[in-house]
Amino acid sequence: MDKAIDTPPQDVGTRIYLYKRYERFWHWSQAVLVIIMMLSGFEVHGSYHLLGFESAVNLHTQSAWLLLSLWAFTIFWQFTTGEWRQYLPTLKRVDAMVRYYAWGIFRDAPNPFHKTLQHKHNPLQRLAYLALLAMISPLVWGSGLLYLFRSNWARVSLDSWLQLEWVAWAHTAGAFMMLVFFIVHIYLATIGHKPTAHIKAMITGWEDAD
Amino acid sequence: MFTKTHVALKALISAALLATLSSFATSVPTPAASTPAPQASQATANSALPTATLPLRKKSNSTADHSKFKELKQSFKVLSEVTIACLSCHTEAASQVQHTKHWTWESADPKTGQIRGKKNIINNYCTSPISNEKDCMACHAGVGWADSSFDFKSAKNVDCLVCHDSTGTYRKLPGDSGHPIYERKEFPPGSGKFVEAVDLNKVAQSVAMPSRTNCGSCHFFGAGANGAKHGDLDTSLQHPGKYLDVHMNEKGLNFSCADCHSTSSHEVSGSRYNVAAAVTGKAHIRGKLDDSPAACQSCHSNKPHPPSMDKLNEHTDKIACQTCHIPEYARNDIGTEMSWDWSQATVMGPNGKPTARKDSAGRRAFDSKKGAWVWESYVIPEYRWYNGVSTYKVIGDKIDPTKVVQINVVGGSPNAPDSRIWPTKVHRGKQPYDMVNNVLTVQHTAGEDDTALWQNYDWGKAITTGMKAAGLPFSGKYGFVSTEMTWPITHMVAPKGDALTCAQCHSTHGRLKDIKGVYMPSRDSNPWIDWLGWLAVAATAAGVMLHAFLRMWAHKRNLKEQKNG
Repeated sequence: MDKAIDTPPQDVGTRIYLYKRYERFWHWSQAVLVIIMMLSGFEVHGSYHLLGFESAVNLHTQSAWLLLSLWAFTIFWQFTTGEWRQYLPTLKRVDAMVRYYAWGIFRDAPNPFHKTLQHKHNPLQRLAYLALLAMISPLVWGSGLLYLFRSNWARVSLDSWLQLEWVAWAHTAGAFMMLVFFIVHIYLATIGHKPTAHIKAMITGWEDAD
Repeated sequence: MFTKTHVALKALISAALLATLSSFATSVPTPAASTPAPQASQATANSALPTATLPLRKKSNSTADHSKFKELKQSFKVLSEVTIACLSCHTEAASQVQHTKHWTWESADPKTGQIRGKKNIINNYCTSPISNEKDCMACHAGVGWADSSFDFKSAKNVDCLVCHDSTGTYRKLPGDSGHPIYERKEFPPGSGKFVEAVDLNKVAQSVAMPSRTNCGSCHFFGAGANGAKHGDLDTSLQHPGKYLDVHMNEKGLNFSCADCHSTSSHEVSGSRYNVAAAVTGKAHIRGKLDDSPAACQSCHSNKPHPPSMDKLNEHTDKIACQTCHIPEYARNDIGTEMSWDWSQATVMGPNGKPTARKDSAGRRAFDSKKGAWVWESYVIPEYRWYNGVSTYKVIGDKIDPTKVVQINVVGGSPNAPDSRIWPTKVHRGKQPYDMVNNVLTVQHTAGEDDTALWQNYDWGKAITTGMKAAGLPFSGKYGFVSTEMTWPITHMVAPKGDALTCAQCHSTHGRLKDIKGVYMPSRDSNPWIDWLGWLAVAATAAGVMLHAFLRMWAHKRNLKEQKNG
């Protein structure tokens, strides 16, 4: 149905093992935790009633600790496997990616980026993950941990100038950014040669080479 | 045979006591037996406390049997003779009592030095005792305070028995300046009901440490009716179940008042005039000199919850224990007065004669002598930042009659280290004031003379006499002004299962919706961040949907072009 029409047929038989077992475990457990945290977090914020305030708070806090533990393992994994290099940003051919998403994709133009074991993320993706790691994460986790340890502020003389209100605002702003990232992330996951292609790859680890 | 009569007598006496208490309270319904909590475990509210069932308190563990003292084996005619006998052994007792608020009815503001206390303020109920001493001093820990000439130095004026009677028969009536009943008499006058004289010998020979009944004989009946004044103190605390008071629960811990209000040299700890509002640190150990033994924290510490509920421990730097653990006050059918409108006093019945009315629960609702009241039960408190010290209007202070006059202003401010969010009873009312001098007036209500309000129903005369007794000028022009008085709530602590749940405050319409200065998730948010955030989310969702739609549309078109091409 979606074989490219103006390009030669691809060798669909060629597949590469792109996502290792730990990587997939990390991705999906993180996905579940992030969804739980967003659902419970916006309830704590007062956006709706789902579980009840108390349960939402407990779930949010417990998920936060689980996610932090997961990250501790994952950071270790990233460095021992060298996979951290996947997140090094580049501005090379970003314009080509932008052009592809804004125009080429509608003309069935070929994706200018080809996934390889060395480069799993396209240049736009790298910038997006950089924003996630360098901006959203520090904002959410920094404010979240301050929030969690509010009663200890006095011990480190934070209480003299820091207001819970500011921390809560920062946390909420970070949460909205996270939600925006999440929506785009989900959508872009459907943008492979088949809508389910990327998702399947993240489950099995095997990506069709294109 | 003897024992049977004895038991019957005892029952009779307690019934009589109850009846007399209620009659003093201008006929309130017999205190409803407080609903006992479901017969679950006897476990206490705190896991750190022993959970074993405690033995009920013994009647007396004193080493002295006062009925064997020859000093007390005489025929007492008047109370001062009993007091002299007491002091012959307890040599320092009178001077100790005379240094306490129970005697002076005065209290100094620890911060400003302002002299307050019942003697100097105008409260929101009976207003001021000045010129009404003969009635009001039924609750003074002394005898003979009839007017300003009372001798506060005289040891024989101290009343030991009102606090130390263990027979439940000791009684002081309004009109007697604090003297007990020496002779059988009709009370209220003209009612056809008679009260017996107190057997001073019997009472003197059976003195004991103060029980709930002793404290309650005044503190349950503040403002002249059971439960009227405080809302968290009434006769239901004589025999409370676990539901009403987890500490005083008769089948559980069975605390007396003095178990918390521990007393030294007759100085009772824990006063409304100087509340330990923000106690921090660990539970106090035996023998430690203690500024605030009556505070919850003195036993429970300021981190009373188990580690699994640490988030609650973190609340203790902003919220008083009472806020969550006294979810409602007046948790019974006795209820408490929420307003007293003095402007309705002197309004007569249809026949031009004084009249009185009760509400559907049998509580006083209107009386030509006193005005109109509104009662409530199971009352949800109003919450305030509070540092334990209230500033009071004292007699003669200027007021602004265009505003609601605050009889007291609870001190404290958001996020001050000495302040916590406290539950309070706010009692509203209307009181007479001098329209020229702009002061709340002192009025002569009780008495037999021509100027007493309850005799002649003439406000002008009553105020003139009252103001003269208070040493204040009176212009002759009076009106009525709206007033409020705020009472921190601290009794009737509920079992832990009845404490507030998170969402009762953490919501936009929760208990603390009017509390300022603290960010509460679920109640508070920055509207800009929310607005921009949801806008960004909506724009993103719309963007990807548009992109997806364009992809599908383009794909179909491309297929068509391919066919055609």
